[in-house]
Amino acid sequence: MTIATDTATPLGPDDVPSIVDAQGAEVASQWKLMWWKFRRHKLAMASGVVVLILYLIAIFAEVLAPSDPNAFSPRYTYAPPQELRMSYVDDAGERQWGLHVNDYRTELDRETFRRTFDLDEEDRIPVGFFVEGEPYKLLGFVPASMKLFGPKEVGAPFYIWGADRLGRDMFSRVIHGARVSLSIGLVGVFLSLFLGVVLGGISGYYGGWIDTAIQRLIEFIRSIPTIPLWMGLAAAIPLTLNPLMVYLIITAIVSLVGWTDLGREVRGRFLSIKDDDYVAAARLDGASEPRIILRHMAPSFLSHIIATVTLAIPSMILAETALSFLGIGLRPPVVSWGVLLQEAQNIRAVVTAPWLMVPGGAVVVAVLAFNFLGDGLRDAADPYSN
Amino acid sequence: MNRGHVIPIDPDAVLTVRSMKTEFALRTHTLKAVDDVSFTLKRGKTLCIVGESGSGKSVTARSILRIVPEPGTITGGEVILHREDGDVALHTLGDRSKEIRAIRGADIAMIFQEPMSSLSPVHTIGFQIDESLRLHTDLDKKARRARIVELLERVEIPDAARTADRYPFEYSGGMRQRAMIAMALACNPKVLIADEPTTALDVTTQAEILDLIQELQDEYGMAVMFITHDMGVVAEIADEVAVMYRGQHVETGGVEEIFANPHEDYTKMLIGSAVRLEEPSPIKIAMQAKVAALATRQPVLEVRDLVKQFKSKHTMLGKLVSTGVRAVDGVGLDLLPGETLGIVGESGSGKTTLGRCIMRMHEPTSGSILYRGQGADTEVMSLDKKGLRDFHADVRMIFQDPYASLNPRMTVEQLVAEPLRNRKLAAPTEIRDRVADLLVRVGLKPDHMERYPHAFSGGQRQRIGIARALAPNPKVIIADEATSALDVSLRSQILDLLLEFQRELDLSFIFISHDISTVRYFCDRVAVMYRGELVEIGNAREVCDNPTHAYTKALLSAVPRPDPTRRRIANRHRYVAAETNNMSNGASA
Repeated sequence: MTIATDTATPLGPDDVPSIVDAQGAEVASQWKLMWWKFRRHKLAMASGVVVLILYLIAIFAEVLAPSDPNAFSPRYTYAPPQELRMSYVDDAGERQWGLHVNDYRTELDRETFRRTFDLDEEDRIPVGFFVEGEPYKLLGFVPASMKLFGPKEVGAPFYIWGADRLGRDMFSRVIHGARVSLSIGLVGVFLSLFLGVVLGGISGYYGGWIDTAIQRLIEFIRSIPTIPLWMGLAAAIPLTLNPLMVYLIITAIVSLVGWTDLGREVRGRFLSIKDDDYVAAARLDGASEPRIILRHMAPSFLSHIIATVTLAIPSMILAETALSFLGIGLRPPVVSWGVLLQEAQNIRAVVTAPWLMVPGGAVVVAVLAFNFLGDGLRDAADPYSN
Repeated sequence: MNRGHVIPIDPDAVLTVRSMKTEFALRTHTLKAVDDVSFTLKRGKTLCIVGESGSGKSVTARSILRIVPEPGTITGGEVILHREDGDVALHTLGDRSKEIRAIRGADIAMIFQEPMSSLSPVHTIGFQIDESLRLHTDLDKKARRARIVELLERVEIPDAARTADRYPFEYSGGMRQRAMIAMALACNPKVLIADEPTTALDVTTQAEILDLIQELQDEYGMAVMFITHDMGVVAEIADEVAVMYRGQHVETGGVEEIFANPHEDYTKMLIGSAVRLEEPSPIKIAMQAKVAALATRQPVLEVRDLVKQFKSKHTMLGKLVSTGVRAVDGVGLDLLPGETLGIVGESGSGKTTLGRCIMRMHEPTSGSILYRGQGADTEVMSLDKKGLRDFHADVRMIFQDPYASLNPRMTVEQLVAEPLRNRKLAAPTEIRDRVADLLVRVGLKPDHMERYPHAFSGGQRQRIGIARALAPNPKVIIADEATSALDVSLRSQILDLLLEFQRELDLSFIFISHDISTVRYFCDRVAVMYRGELVEIGNAREVCDNPTHAYTKALLSAVPRPDPTRRRIANRHRYVAAETNNMSNGASA
């Protein structure tokens, strides 16, 4: 029976709430406090913006990508990146303004059959904003053909991040890859969130043998080496399935392994608050069991769950990348960052065309942004601590 | 000792503090935790720094040793330690400098409120005392060991040579605090700073620790700076008193002078609220006739032979890990309508378990609890889930900790309306009005409804808790240490509020407390519990003034009184049975 003499919170005497009044802090809800705290975490704020931009890119990939990600051109295999230029000097020696890239001068080595590319300073391909491109369906149903930027002449070579083995535009492919790579993270996390909250919640709230059983299951799952497991499961997927189905199954596989962390987190939260006085008070107030769990207990760890989920997304992205890289995840023609990196498996290809590594950079940016954002959210999740 | 003026150096002065200032930079403003505080500590004398929570008394102590927690900074003032080899200006030393580290623990030692969290759980007590000897002396290993045993013997730890090799969790609360004191004494400090060292302890243990500090002070001639919020403790041990309020030094003086002629209003209020609790509440006295009339009726609650046995624990192979404890051992009591029954006892006496068993928050092992509500009598022990829900609307609970018992994610309206909503006691359209009405009755404003608990002070939160308890118009309220977490000036306010409700609504209270003074103030009858058993029950006045059981006598005589002219801890009753089981009763209830 300790007497809590709280010397840390310098509140005024009992009936003088005016100090709190004056600051307007008294009506601030939990979410508002969290927002205040989150706002002070500059890196997390910036990462939040980056994450938002990444998702906008994924949604509007068709508008942003200058060309079709699957359009190939044997003439431009392994074409190096072109430089986007603002101005040029014309024949008369005058400086002219105009966004453009230079066309390639291609030479084919007759003995090795290897193409070498030079940029042709004379031959300019004008680049513009809001140009016509190949027709597509925006968001899957709005027919459109406008591109944010691209060559003014449809079909002109335009490879600002270079081209791959089949002469496909890396820039467009990375943009389209964001769609799959970033969404597999979300879908996978929601699946594992569901499993984690349900199983972790049961484990923590009821305790006893159920708790023991679920905890041993978690330990068992965590003890399985993941890559062989994935390989085994992926081998079980029939080859005849369409790529989208494969994609869904892969997601399910990743989340079947991924829920364990979240499950433990949720269990811990339940354990720590189920004997708290305010939960006991809710019971005495006649609240039913679902109401105690959903209305009284859940809000106090919801914010932590959100933070944990944000931190789980990058591991899902990395898992997809790793699986696809190993050739057991997504397969062409699906475009994802992992599939794109498969191209970079060949050392010789990387030496001659280092721009094939660009999707790896995209993965790094996305993962870092999610991690920083998650860190900020986790710190903000408990607005009452310091 | 006027603040701001230069203090003439007293030959007995050991530590002089002049206009010390410590500030905390908060999000919205700068908090002056210590604002221009000056005092002098003298050889062999005790200065009590007294104030309520948030008055800056702990920060003052920490500022002397330069261990202010983040984001606090010491912004001004002088701290001078007078040693035989000359004065040392502590305020000029860096927070992590070698010089200040040499002083901490050697010249100035500190003991804290919570001995469990100030001791390392993974090292033996002996090792932890040894550490300060190794840092500050050049004794060899054998000499240090001898010194450790000597120190532990000095603080009256039984079988010191063996207990030195035990870990803090094997010690009881009182023994831990003794070990902390032994550690503090290791290098014969000139100044001992004690920051609420007895607040977490039972009154009988508190009395022993206070005794010990006083004895050691007489022996070694240390200056003691004793921080407390309890005017009773001040009256018992202080030579001089410094009163603090919101970081400012309100008043200083000799202890008898302060108690006899306080100058400042705040000091008067502090002493007044402590003295007030020495007598029954005026409201209580006015109600006596009514209580007597009601008492002739049948009891509203009848508890018979209630037993709560905690299960013994076995390992998977069936080996006994711990034997079950009988936390409540055959308790029987009646609660009359409209009366207040106090249950007092120290930690581990089973009083909280008893309260929770009556609510069936803990499942009693055996016994019977008869509740006489409207109409039919109910046997609480045989109620099913639904029946228990109805029972919980009639018999309510107020919790000890006003911070932990209110869900921080719900507004005051949601909190208070919860029992109404769950039991459909009010139509959804009426709920707001009912809540507003309840808030007004507990002394809050209806426009506080939209706020969250963190915007309220401890006393206000306890008022919210009371409003929640009252919402379904209960018959009985079980208040478990409802005022223990509050400052003394708020205690009588909250108790008076409860008494007002009792007068209006004919409520019965079971008031569980370790604090005998609040019982005297608030209760009609009192039951004394010791190790799960009821040792004495009777009229509150009679039990408090003429206790019959030896344990009650010991308990009562250990309570410090806010009257420096009648110190009594030194010649108090001791209850021998309490001493024998020191090692095992460390866990608090």
